[in-house]
Amino acid sequence: MTSLISVRGLTRVFDVSKPWLNRVLERLPKSYLTAVSDVSFEVEEKSVYALVGESGSGKSTIGKIVVGLVPPTEGTVEIEGVDLSRETDAAKVDRIRSDVQMIFQDPYASLNPRWRVRDIIAEPVAARGGETAGLAERLLEQVGLSAADASKFPHEFSGGQRQRLCIARALASNPRVIVCDEPTSALDVSVQAQVLNLMSDLRQELGLTYLFISHDLTVVQHMADRIGVLYLGRLVEEAPRDTLFEAPAHPYTQMLFAAAPRMDAFGREVEPPKGEIPDAINPPPGCAFHPRCPLAIERCSVERPEMRTLGETRVACHRAEEAVRRFRAEPATAE
Amino acid sequence: MTETMHSDDRANAAAVLSVRDLVVEIPTRAGTLRPTDGVSYDIRAGEILGVVGESGAGKSMTGNAVIGLLDPPARIAGGEIRLNGERIDNIPRDRLRRLRGDRIGMIFQDPLTSLNPLLTIGEQLTETILEHLPVSQSEALERAVAALEEVGIPAARARINSYPHEFSGGMRQRVVIALALCAEPDLVIADEPTTALDVSVQAQIIALLKRLCRERGVAVMLVTHDMGVIAEAADRVAVMYAGRLVELGPVREVLTRARHPYTAGLMASTPLASLGHARLKQIPGAMPRLNALPAGCPFHPRCERAGERCRENPPPTLAACEGRAACWFPLTPETEESAA
Repeated sequence: MTSLISVRGLTRVFDVSKPWLNRVLERLPKSYLTAVSDVSFEVEEKSVYALVGESGSGKSTIGKIVVGLVPPTEGTVEIEGVDLSRETDAAKVDRIRSDVQMIFQDPYASLNPRWRVRDIIAEPVAARGGETAGLAERLLEQVGLSAADASKFPHEFSGGQRQRLCIARALASNPRVIVCDEPTSALDVSVQAQVLNLMSDLRQELGLTYLFISHDLTVVQHMADRIGVLYLGRLVEEAPRDTLFEAPAHPYTQMLFAAAPRMDAFGREVEPPKGEIPDAINPPPGCAFHPRCPLAIERCSVERPEMRTLGETRVACHRAEEAVRRFRAEPATAE
Repeated sequence: MTETMHSDDRANAAAVLSVRDLVVEIPTRAGTLRPTDGVSYDIRAGEILGVVGESGAGKSMTGNAVIGLLDPPARIAGGEIRLNGERIDNIPRDRLRRLRGDRIGMIFQDPLTSLNPLLTIGEQLTETILEHLPVSQSEALERAVAALEEVGIPAARARINSYPHEFSGGMRQRVVIALALCAEPDLVIADEPTTALDVSVQAQIIALLKRLCRERGVAVMLVTHDMGVIAEAADRVAVMYAGRLVELGPVREVLTRARHPYTAGLMASTPLASLGHARLKQIPGAMPRLNALPAGCPFHPRCERAGERCRENPPPTLAACEGRAACWFPLTPETEESAA
């Protein structure tokens, strides 16, 4: 398999300084927030790559950089070998742009309330001057709505149906990659199941590749082939789905698994994780997770762990071997 | 009528909150809507009752009715609500106002909107304590510090003069919990208390709620859409659909051996580790809007077990039939085996 998306050394820094007058009056320095820091991963064609992490982990920023909504500060994103932020051939850029589409989290905010469904869905094609006759009707049927819905407005649809509209719009330009940013977190469980099933079906039918961004471990486990775990803008662990869930090698991944509510853990009494995600403007030195890490040693607070390979897993932790050993030894807390 | 009431009273002697046949109505130009219809349940001291359902199922509306916070024109149109055996659904507004905070604490989804941004958390806590407990100013401050320590806020004495915006989301929710508990209520209504929080913080807040509930013997009504949270925190669970209580029982029973087809469908549509990439079971369609409820059982258009009876007559409410599921054709252990 060849990789369709290849992300290398991706970094994005946001300037979060106060306005210059305040800075001058209050003698404040400029402050920067590193939302994404040196993230590298490859997404194989026709696979589902999931990025998981808590708020502030940079997962949405990566999604936006991949579709080209936000330029990277450093590093590259290559899609089919083309780097959007550096490519000068307009025809190539245009082709990649229509090959990569996005589904957003909030189906209420991502559809223009004044446009008819037909125009919303055909827009990605119409904007490039393509043929749009009958396109919306065909796509509506494909996502499980009816062709007659094309002349309606978004407010006439429920949340789940709106997300179907968003999927239809994303499919309009015949993309190869769809970046899904929390596509089901605004939906109810039974509707979420419908949308996830639709996404799986479309993937089979159309040979799509998904970059799936979510905070929900159960959804990720259901959808993904390969999973990358983010903490404070850094990729801390990456592994095939089954490997990750059977033997998580980073203490943060293990903490996430232990903290996630489980349907079969009735009245579970576990020690909840300690602390909260630190401030991204002044992250802790060394490994960003060390203040919360049960395995942290002296070295973790000084030296930032590099990404290394451990079997099928890539992990950025000095103590990964110890973490795996402990996880295997204590299945009670792990499961 | 009087006779049944008496037997009810005896059975519910230990119930802190007792809701009977609660009906909430919203009169509109197009007709009267019933976001809560014939809901009955009890919560005992030290017990966490989970209330689950999808959006629009009426779970928050039921909670708001209990604390008398319905927004007009919504109103309680029938049934009764008892707190420690005393009716609270028909008492004057100012008495109800005292009752809230005094004996009922509330925790809402968004901790930022339930705290006053212009007052320090110390001011908000002491104000609440002074309002409800006969203590002096200095004693109230001591109690406020103790309350913050109890919910796990580090350096509580130093942080008591901080404003809400100086706290993180998880810490803010801890402050809200301290605020809800500082007047030593008998009942706490927590409406989606962890929905706005990250997984690791959510685990902390749930553990805190469980600990406080057990230590203080507070009855907790935990409203949420997250089945995982219910499984971990609740003792019993009430499942709501289209304003009705469809199933009520011990959490393990309901989640592993659902009797109502809706509960079973809800459980099957949740992605589980054991399923892998297999397709999720889905419930066809969506919950009906309140102004377009189907006749008979409101779930019948989406139900694979529905028969003629379901289309014509609504099933008896849980209180009336004394069963676990409000359904004409509930799933039984036998049907489970044949399905497996």
